[in-house]
Amino acid sequence: MTTPSPATIDAEQLEEIRDGIRQLCARYDGTYWQQLEPETYPAEFVDALTEAGWLAALIPEQYGGSGLPLSAASVILEEIARSGGNPGACHAQMYVMGTLLRHGSEAQKERWLPEIAAGRLRLQAFGVTEPDAGSDTTRIRTTARRDGDGWVVDGQKIWTSRAEHSDLMVLLARTTPIGEVSKRGEGLSVFLVDMRDRGDELEIRPIKTMMNHSTTEVFINGLRLPGDALIGEAGKGFRHILDGMNAERCLIAAECIGDGRWFVERASRYAGEREVFGRPIGANQGIQFPIARAHMAIEAADLMRWKAIGLYEAGRPCGAEANMAKYLAAEASWMAANACVDTHGGLGFAAEYDVERKFRETRLYQVAPISNNMILAFVGQNVLKMPRSY
Amino acid sequence: MKICVLVKEVPDAAVEKRIDPSTGRMDRSGEKNLNPYDTHAIEAAMQLKEGGALQVDEIVAVTMGPESAVRALHKAVSLGADRSIHLTDAALAGSDVAATGYALAKALEKEQPDVVLLGQQSDDGECYTIGAVVAEHLKAPSLTQVIKLDVVDGGLRCERQAEYGYDTVQVSLPAVISVGDAINEPRYPSLKAIMGAKKKPLETASAADAGIDASLVGGDGSRVQCGEFKAPPAKAAGTIIEDEDTDATVEQIVAWLDERKLI
Repeated sequence: MTTPSPATIDAEQLEEIRDGIRQLCARYDGTYWQQLEPETYPAEFVDALTEAGWLAALIPEQYGGSGLPLSAASVILEEIARSGGNPGACHAQMYVMGTLLRHGSEAQKERWLPEIAAGRLRLQAFGVTEPDAGSDTTRIRTTARRDGDGWVVDGQKIWTSRAEHSDLMVLLARTTPIGEVSKRGEGLSVFLVDMRDRGDELEIRPIKTMMNHSTTEVFINGLRLPGDALIGEAGKGFRHILDGMNAERCLIAAECIGDGRWFVERASRYAGEREVFGRPIGANQGIQFPIARAHMAIEAADLMRWKAIGLYEAGRPCGAEANMAKYLAAEASWMAANACVDTHGGLGFAAEYDVERKFRETRLYQVAPISNNMILAFVGQNVLKMPRSY
Repeated sequence: MKICVLVKEVPDAAVEKRIDPSTGRMDRSGEKNLNPYDTHAIEAAMQLKEGGALQVDEIVAVTMGPESAVRALHKAVSLGADRSIHLTDAALAGSDVAATGYALAKALEKEQPDVVLLGQQSDDGECYTIGAVVAEHLKAPSLTQVIKLDVVDGGLRCERQAEYGYDTVQVSLPAVISVGDAINEPRYPSLKAIMGAKKKPLETASAADAGIDASLVGGDGSRVQCGEFKAPPAKAAGTIIEDEDTDATVEQIVAWLDERKLI
């Protein structure tokens, strides 16, 4: 399978992209995001992004997208977060695109990508995690078995975000029992599932969460898939999605950096304006230093984010850097979130200030799409070669 | 039919405006952006084109400015202009409003536009007058502060914001029309338009290319000579009246206004 080479992009173009997405985001202010709470999907915002082509950034030009590299996608998601919005509503289309672009067949790309680029179909769902297999992905129990030319899938997924707002889902299922493969990462396959009009074959149940993330459980009951739903090679699915996960880590890092900058901007502005005891609270080092510390953490994480993206775009191994970028950025945004709440005092908890909403949203990235503890383990064991814990 | 839209690169709205004492000109260093008022002019041009009542074949963005001003043209093109013209020449630097209007009119003469649109003011100089100067040189009618444009009888029916209400004016073409920000809500550029902006034709013209008489432009060719600049005096601290007893507060406010003969 050939890997499409996206257009190269220079710093000035990235700034133009940054500027363009900011203009769009400026029309969706805090009030817009507040009125969606607790669980309304930001359909208008996602439609506006789609219509203006932002979510098709990674889709090659020949299929109607802009054919841009990961760096552009990362800037788009960063700026959505930085504007006060929640890129979690639509980021999966960027995350899963790598799997489809790198491993999808020409026929699959021709069939699906123009529809996605034009906004007629949404690819926003990524079904991997299961109730009994979280970080231990190879232990998933959802199976796909051959049935004539096609497949029949049974199983259950959890934390499948945006499934109700997506037409398509990238799904990981076991196609060879784990007892029959030499390595447990083998025997898994990736499918592109058309979720429309599936009746009882797909049952989607929303899960209420502490932030507006439209996440769900998906029950898969004898789901029939045509033969051409398989992406890449049967049995190699785990490897196919791992490719995409490095891109996902880089993009999550960018979102956290956007969140972090939003918190630092809000906190430093409020610290300069709010006067107590006859002087701005920002003059107090107890207020000032945590904001400065968070700012430095964000800037440092941003360097790692660009290092990881540089390696990714050069086609070089970037697993360590992509994971480290995600870890550092998630820690930095959480540090910034806490500094921002502390700076705002009681107002940090008032919905109309958006701080508490963003606080809840950025907390997610300590845990998902990969727990920061798993990244520590990865670095300890795979980068520093210390004994394995799992 | 051809619409030319005059655009300008201006310091970003967030940048504090100041005069550079060494040159007597506005300090235009720092972050820059396409003049926000001009985005309304581009949108007005796009709506005329898409509305279909006029056969608009082409929208051309025109700017005069230093090398960096090309970014304003890229933005104009990403918002819908088909191509752009960058009038740039060291001889033009320091031109006042009259000289700038003359130079832009010369650049427009070659284009022979049916409509010239521009924002009613620039976000930096805020002169409000470039449109009128350009119109004078082009011998075309000038309308300013237009907030509604409709195609009527082959011309344009314009509503312009007046001090007390609106003037409705029917204008035949060609015409030069400056628009206010109430006329429309500019669209945001699509990602493809941003990425494709640099691929659209951009013509760079010198003063000589545009047939500009160099003695009528630049600092020396301008009739306005800037003298000394002073920052406006700092505002005195206001009076804060605590509202402890509303009746007493109202009395204090009324007395304050009365003292200054404001009521």
